[in-house]
Amino acid sequence: MEHIVIIGNGVAGVTVARHIRKNSDKRITIISGETDYFFSRTALMYVYMGHMKFEHTQPYESWFWKKNRIELKSAWVESVSGANKSIQFNDGQSMSFDKLIIATGSIPNKFGWPGQDLDGVQGMYHKQDLEKLEKNAPNNKVCKRAVIVGGGLIGIEMAEMLHSRHIPVTFLVRENSFWNGVLPAGESALVNEEILANGIDLRLEQNLEEIIDDGNGKCKAIKIQETGEIIECDVVGLTAGVSPNVSFLKNSDIELGRGVMVNRLLETSVKDVYAIGDCAEQREGIGRRRPIEAVWYTGRMMGEALAQTICGNATEYNPGHWFNSAKFMDVEYQTYGWVSGSRKPEFEDQFHWRHPVENICVTVSYHKDTDEFLGINTFGIRMRHEIFDRWLTENRKVDDVMAYLKDANFDPEFYSKHEDAIISHYNQERGKQIKPVKKSWKRIFA
Amino acid sequence: MKAIHHIGLVIFLIGLTIFTGSIFAGSFDLQKEQLNSFLESKGIANEFIIKELNEDVVSKGPMGIFEFSSSVRGALEKNNVHYDALIAKYDAAKDWDNKGKQYQYRINEKDFRAMSFSLAKKSAIGFVVENKGLMWFLTFGLGILGALMFIAPQLQLLGRKGIKNNGIYHSAATSRGWIAWLVLVYLVLFYITLYFMADYVVNWTFIVDPISLFLSGNEASQWFVYGFLYCVLMSVMAVRMYIKYRHNKYQVLRTTSVLFFQIVLAFLIPEIMTSLQMPAYDFKNAFPLDYDFFFSWNLDSLLDSGAIGLFILVWGIVLTVIIVPVMVYFFGKRWYCSWVCGCGGLAETLGDPYRQNSSKKLISWKLERWLIHSVLVFSLVMTIVTLYAYFTGANSLLGIPADWIKDAYSVLIGAWFAGVIGTGFYPIFGNRVWCRFGCPLAAYLGLVQRFKSRFRITTNGGQCISCGNCSTYCEQGIDVRAYAQKGENIVRASCVGCGVCSAVCPRGVLKLENGPEDGRINPTEVLLGNDVDLMDLLNKGK
Repeated sequence: MEHIVIIGNGVAGVTVARHIRKNSDKRITIISGETDYFFSRTALMYVYMGHMKFEHTQPYESWFWKKNRIELKSAWVESVSGANKSIQFNDGQSMSFDKLIIATGSIPNKFGWPGQDLDGVQGMYHKQDLEKLEKNAPNNKVCKRAVIVGGGLIGIEMAEMLHSRHIPVTFLVRENSFWNGVLPAGESALVNEEILANGIDLRLEQNLEEIIDDGNGKCKAIKIQETGEIIECDVVGLTAGVSPNVSFLKNSDIELGRGVMVNRLLETSVKDVYAIGDCAEQREGIGRRRPIEAVWYTGRMMGEALAQTICGNATEYNPGHWFNSAKFMDVEYQTYGWVSGSRKPEFEDQFHWRHPVENICVTVSYHKDTDEFLGINTFGIRMRHEIFDRWLTENRKVDDVMAYLKDANFDPEFYSKHEDAIISHYNQERGKQIKPVKKSWKRIFA
Repeated sequence: MKAIHHIGLVIFLIGLTIFTGSIFAGSFDLQKEQLNSFLESKGIANEFIIKELNEDVVSKGPMGIFEFSSSVRGALEKNNVHYDALIAKYDAAKDWDNKGKQYQYRINEKDFRAMSFSLAKKSAIGFVVENKGLMWFLTFGLGILGALMFIAPQLQLLGRKGIKNNGIYHSAATSRGWIAWLVLVYLVLFYITLYFMADYVVNWTFIVDPISLFLSGNEASQWFVYGFLYCVLMSVMAVRMYIKYRHNKYQVLRTTSVLFFQIVLAFLIPEIMTSLQMPAYDFKNAFPLDYDFFFSWNLDSLLDSGAIGLFILVWGIVLTVIIVPVMVYFFGKRWYCSWVCGCGGLAETLGDPYRQNSSKKLISWKLERWLIHSVLVFSLVMTIVTLYAYFTGANSLLGIPADWIKDAYSVLIGAWFAGVIGTGFYPIFGNRVWCRFGCPLAAYLGLVQRFKSRFRITTNGGQCISCGNCSTYCEQGIDVRAYAQKGENIVRASCVGCGVCSAVCPRGVLKLENGPEDGRINPTEVLLGNDVDLMDLLNKGK
């Protein structure tokens, strides 16, 4: 029986395993040193915040793996030989495979800051990081202040985590507005306000110079590059992005770039070796996507596609329309299609509406010449994925999208609706006469 | 704010302690005239029991409630022993005439507690009886004041509006810690006493006598205490809901709805009906949750009550047979279970802090399906036997004695499952223990919801990140994530539509909605977001 070995038990590795099992009888082994069972990485924050226990982040009960004949091996991989079809573990053992799937995810970036390896300095990515944070910052007596370096999604999540235990947080962001490389200016400003409203000491355009040792190998303060200011702190969170976790492959025969280089079939340079998820790097970005996509959904989608290939139905990784979501403190964010931040392409125009009081806003992007709808970002409003996916496929015009916006609303029942206000603002701004059309189940399920 | 929060807790605990301690207060000094008037009202005239009660209770003078209760029950027991001996004697002598005469003097053991309660109610003396108003303030008053002082500061302490479940799994009160176990023990003892030893808590009835007299003109029974306490608990905990979910209109409206139905329909209207000499009836309490609706005493009482009785009889049947299933078709069982029902109302207010403790294991789901459907069958069999006995005058059907099955159901399901376990177990097993494992009406509504309804929880395409908040906070123990992460809508018999899965979802994945039946159940192979051709290929025909 063909033996499929998967390194990594994250969403990519587990999705491919599940789908191979659905379609075949192959022997499947998943290797992980991080945890025994699959858990939702994005949910680690809720364990620290006390919303859940770690076991709640595990989507499957422990009997699931045996029932589906997915073998789990707890071990760290030290090296891989694609030619010999074998894996070496750090305890000296080895394992052979017929097909290997590398799904090892990411590791937090460190940019060589002085003091970056001191005690109390950590990222927030692995289960072990959660355990470290529990030890380093159990409460605001042990951790009187924390500094977070890097204004991305993990940074703001870590700020929210520490804030939930009433630990004062200083948040260093390199850009002049939070995540404005991705978010349009109005949205980025809204998130800045949300961060400040939660009492977090947000420092825009400030970079880390060094982390200062207390003399015992533990951090006691940080120094800011621009101002020279020293901020005393017990924990430093390094959240300046992530990179593919591929260092164990450095001496292997598998071609690496920043990640494991793969083609559209997710094949690496070595036959029968594949890579999916955060650690995979496309030779060329697909559409407007980046070559490396460290997102939950893309990991899952690559797993779904690769399982087909492994089971004999060669299938390229061919993702549909871009979508994503996140939550910034108390503000939910969803995006469908492409809405650009500060690196906006020349052909893209945007319409922006913001609620006069609440932290709610919408940005719609469209092609400035053809009026074709390109994408939408919403803050504080939920939208229907199916509807926008369909509208993007149909290349709808932006006016059409605005008119039928009510079909797309996904907020809970009885919530205040904002479509009328949005459309009236749109009409005003663009000199249009669009009338909102009533929601129709027929169209939604068309 | 924090100080108010903490002082509130202390005041609440003082109120709770006085309330609990008041059981032991005062004494009970039964007078001859009180006894005589009681026996007269009950039509009891045998010399032996009058002598025994006079000797064992009246002549003993003032006693505490426990001694009083055991004295009364002892006297009643002696009476039965006496007549049992006579029965045996005449039986041996084959004197059938005299043997037959003795039975009327026996007192049914089931009535011992009720008689003890009635006599205690008449004969109480001391602080509680003489200071009802002050006692109300020291118990309910302090409890309400303390609880509100504890709850109101959350408006600021919880932080800005939004989902604030911080620390739930760090607290011994909400994560099955020692506080939760203590609360469980207290609740279980409370229910056991209330249901099976009501005479012990007769003092509580004095505290609310003025309110009961005002509403219905009658003195309070233990059931009035329970009804009043129920409304108070729900009202206070509704304030907590309003603060915690102030960003969520669904939760705010739903909380208001259950509060309205409890206070007006379950509590006030039946009291007012009593004061108007009508049969008391909770118009929203549908059979088979209202399991004694078809009991002979209820049917007789309704048929004796003229037009209103007839109306109630018809309404009760229409409610169960037509209104309930039709509403479930359009809105799902949530319209009843989490918008109207009293049990649901308590679960959604008092029980909300415990919702995360319901088990999500597959094995619990299996247990749930066996148990709840068994109770449904039990309630139907019990009712059929009862109705058969009522209309034919027979004592049993297919060898099942009507009185026996009614009593068995009332005690096992009505008291133990719905009360002692159903509510007492909140702190450890989640706030819907009764609704999930026991309620026959929920089982019935669930079958309609699963097979013929427009209601579903829609999963938003491929947006799920498997975080597990939805499953964790599902009070019904549904593994919501198992569906959401596959892109499937959630269509489950047990879902009561509380809306909390949708509220706690950080990615906007879940929405409760009523829509066309087509596509309501939508198993998928590959989730939205992937290659359109691949999705078409794998999901075709579904």
